[in-house]
Amino acid sequence: MGNRTVIPFGPQHPVLPEPIHLDLVLEDETVVEAIPRIGYIHRGLEKLVEKKDYQQYTYVAERICGICSFMHGMGYCMAIESIMDVKIPERAEFLRTIWSELSRLHSHLLWLGLLADGFGFESLFMQSWKLREQVLDIFEETTGGRVIFSVCDIGGVRKDISAETLKKIDNIMNSMEKEVKEITEVFLHDSSVKMRTKGVGVLSKQMAFDLGAVGPMARASGIDLDLRTTGYAAYGKINLQPIVEQDGDCYARTSVRMREMFQSMDIIKQCIALIPDGDIKVKVTGNPTGEHFTRVEQPRGEVVYYAKANGTKYLDRVRVRTPTFANIPALLETLKGCSLADVPILILTIDPCISCTER
Amino acid sequence: MSILSMSKTLFKNLFHGPYTTLYPIKPKENFERTRGKIGITVDDCIFCGMCERRCPTGAIKVDKSKSSWSIERFQCIQCNYCNEVCPKKCLRMENQYTSPANEKARDEYIKCTNTQSPSE
Repeated sequence: MGNRTVIPFGPQHPVLPEPIHLDLVLEDETVVEAIPRIGYIHRGLEKLVEKKDYQQYTYVAERICGICSFMHGMGYCMAIESIMDVKIPERAEFLRTIWSELSRLHSHLLWLGLLADGFGFESLFMQSWKLREQVLDIFEETTGGRVIFSVCDIGGVRKDISAETLKKIDNIMNSMEKEVKEITEVFLHDSSVKMRTKGVGVLSKQMAFDLGAVGPMARASGIDLDLRTTGYAAYGKINLQPIVEQDGDCYARTSVRMREMFQSMDIIKQCIALIPDGDIKVKVTGNPTGEHFTRVEQPRGEVVYYAKANGTKYLDRVRVRTPTFANIPALLETLKGCSLADVPILILTIDPCISCTER
Repeated sequence: MSILSMSKTLFKNLFHGPYTTLYPIKPKENFERTRGKIGITVDDCIFCGMCERRCPTGAIKVDKSKSSWSIERFQCIQCNYCNEVCPKKCLRMENQYTSPANEKARDEYIKCTNTQSPSE
């Protein structure tokens, strides 16, 4: 046994957009243990539910995360709608699905850019973010915001997308598919990129299951877990197969996300073809009483929303379990036995979103 | 196994020219729905205070006795909730952002209630 050294990793580190601290216990260059510490950016957003009424809290829920903001808002709205027994119009369900999948697309493109930056491929990073810009423009045109949309509301959505804009989105998806294919070649087939990802940080299927991994992290290890198959919003009305890889390494996780982007584009096109005309919102009156759990599939995995209402306009409790929090134990497991130079790539492949985790 | 798989994209980008725009010289055109800032036609306002009560951040203050409507621009999150609940529809979401500022200040709009002409 060699000498053990402890190297602090983070909270400030070039690969980390947000602060998380890991104490890496090393033997020579090999990591034997990683001890995490979170809590640098706790904002007390769950406590805020006592100060803001249940309709105002929609805006707070959206601001839990800057990347999957739409799905946070949607998860919260779905929980309240279930408590109040509100059935939202079909068009609103389809609009929610379109915005959710656009969120997934922009989140995965952002992540691919960060991964490319993590292994030092600057032009690939720029290329990914250039593609992402088109999705952000769609968001700005349809909702008015680039990352915070404020369109999801209890009882439906606030804004409609016109038929011309839907047609335009369809065309953008077609052209984007070709452009994303170009970078897929690089991420999945370039030999220098493969050297950094293939066989690195293997998480076995059993380990992923035992540690409760979610989202692409679980699917890359062979677990068929995709909550969209439960059919919330309009997912029950469209054709959708979970994307699963078996290897459980960084390459498999990249591959799952790459294939999910094509799946998202396909879902958006299916939704545009199927979207019915009609209202986008039903009027919600009164205050909620009761409690409900909602599970939504975010780009990073499963998010759980729990809401408890007491019949007044202020809720008793809102609890959010975010995907990154569920993936941290799996991350610590993959870090064991890897070399110090692979640590940044491994941390990136769980797609960490620390603001969500600490709320 | 392939090497230089990025080269096709790189050459395309090399001859395409920049994808970005020279910002201050060529300003960005906002979309119609872009949530820039909240504007008010104060002459139509009845100072009911609905926007103040619903604002999630408490940026808006309404004073009925002084006929004034004011907003703290740095606190406003452009959520458009005030605009939705306004009974007189005198609020609007403009698609231009507020200009940068060095200090926080409250933008106040006062309704002119004096209807007498100067000669009277």
